[in-house]
Amino acid sequence: MALKILVTVKRVEDPESKIRVKPDGSGIVTDGVNYKMNPFDEIAVEEGLRLKEAHGGEVVVVSIGGEKSATEIRAALAMGADRGVLVRHDGPLDPMVVSGLLAKVAELEKPDLVLLGKQSIDDDQNQAGQYLAARLGLPQATFASKQESLESEAEQKKVPGLKLAADGKRLEVVREIDGGVETLDVSLPAVVTCDLRLNKPRFASLPGIMKAKKKELKELQAAALGADLTPRVVIRKLAEPPARKGGLKVADVEELWKKLHEEAKVV
Amino acid sequence: MSNVLIIAEAFNGQVRRASLHALGAGQQLVQRTGGALHVILLGKGIGEAARSLAAYGATVHAADHDALAAPLAEAHAPVVAELARAVGASFVGAAATAYGKDLTPRAAALLEAAMATEVTAFAGDGAAVLFRRPMWAGNVLADVELSTAVKAFTIRPTEYAPAAAGAAGEVKAAAVAVPALKTRYVSFQEVKSERPELTEARVVVAGGRGTKGDFKPLEALADALSGAVAASRAAVDAGWVPNDWQVGQTGKVVAPDLYVAAGISGAIQHVAGMKGSKVIVAINKDPEAPIFQIADYGLVGDLFKVLPELVAKVKASR
Repeated sequence: MALKILVTVKRVEDPESKIRVKPDGSGIVTDGVNYKMNPFDEIAVEEGLRLKEAHGGEVVVVSIGGEKSATEIRAALAMGADRGVLVRHDGPLDPMVVSGLLAKVAELEKPDLVLLGKQSIDDDQNQAGQYLAARLGLPQATFASKQESLESEAEQKKVPGLKLAADGKRLEVVREIDGGVETLDVSLPAVVTCDLRLNKPRFASLPGIMKAKKKELKELQAAALGADLTPRVVIRKLAEPPARKGGLKVADVEELWKKLHEEAKVV
Repeated sequence: MSNVLIIAEAFNGQVRRASLHALGAGQQLVQRTGGALHVILLGKGIGEAARSLAAYGATVHAADHDALAAPLAEAHAPVVAELARAVGASFVGAAATAYGKDLTPRAAALLEAAMATEVTAFAGDGAAVLFRRPMWAGNVLADVELSTAVKAFTIRPTEYAPAAAGAAGEVKAAAVAVPALKTRYVSFQEVKSERPELTEARVVVAGGRGTKGDFKPLEALADALSGAVAASRAAVDAGWVPNDWQVGQTGKVVAPDLYVAAGISGAIQHVAGMKGSKVIVAINKDPEAPIFQIADYGLVGDLFKVLPELVAKVKASR
């Protein structure tokens, strides 16, 4: 019943960092910007660890990028993942390139389950999981969530939000969709992308960080995997959105009402 | 031929409003490319909804089949891809709803199409369409080129006008070939509400940590203004309100005429989901809260005192 779980992690700009566009619109200013694991991927790693703790198995972390992406793999290993795979690729990435490379890694690793964040907070594309599922001909369950709140007892006990069937061959996934909550049952292997309310990721412990240094981290060269590395989503120009003019304060409800009723005419 | 295929969405037998905005985007594209507009609706018993789509100058393809009854990407994607090939579509798009975001990339992969998500405008010249879309939680707008033969996209419904009425289109039955599915649809629990859908409401009243979990004053104001209630991620994570109330880059993106943020500090990720609103009101006890920087009208005060007073004003004006 043990599960082999492949979890993807991406190195992204810290969401707390201020993102500014270069004057010529060719990219963002990276000076002074911190990097960390994509927050949705942290949720994916956490869910993988919980499934392993509940059912046994192995959590393999994969990232695609330059040598610095090893930092994010080590962070996942420090949380408790078993080993890492870094697909070295210094060129630009888009969801087609990423899913093509992940499909090659999945062919090598043959996981029962691939867990991804639902989107990375740099590109915000929300595509890689769906492309990967299509490429591999696997079922997909996107935006995995759970009905228990993040303050619930189940969450305190680190119960997996994804429910493995007794025979270990199917997985039940709760999804947040428009107008309600949907439950799907996918046969394994499957691709699941994780939304915010699936879990609260753990922090790495000091012993965890020490152990992570000794865990296996294998490097693969993207060019050797036989996937198409040409990005098809090409950024032509970046710009900052027009700033919103705000900042006016009103003294009381009386004045607020007047402004809304007579000036803005929205009520 | 740069034909355009829009994926529409039915819910409870009716076409979702968001789909009409996607169809509006499709009309913009065919004006630029000179191609024909097609729309596909998938489901079971969707005949009437499909006919309602015929009023916008598009050929409607109804994929009405038992195997498509549940909105499963695994089942719907091959049908969309097959039709896109059959009608020679160079553009395949949908609204960025949960369904659109789940299905469109899977269909795109089957078509070897690159994709742009949550597109807010079409840039570029003529048939050389660039897709303008937010990145880094809306802190950056990118003009993106898709260099594949077929280009896929989802649009942010608040950024496109709904489709204009056009010549009556033909309604055709789409070919449906669904392979054996590996996904079983277990259940759908609808969250029923008397209030308007969050993304379609004219007025949205949103609460955050400052509500301490008590949304009653917000609900009273929303009901007085026939609006919807929303929340920041902090309030949703605390389990105070349902998940689908969350507004933000990772939740829903809204652009109502009036957005009232009560007890919300104004984190970047929340602002990304509501800064397109016409008028923003902020009510917060903390005069330094960042939300005031983007609010058209800020009132420093206790929401539990301010909101009931505002409700009284609304009622008195009737």
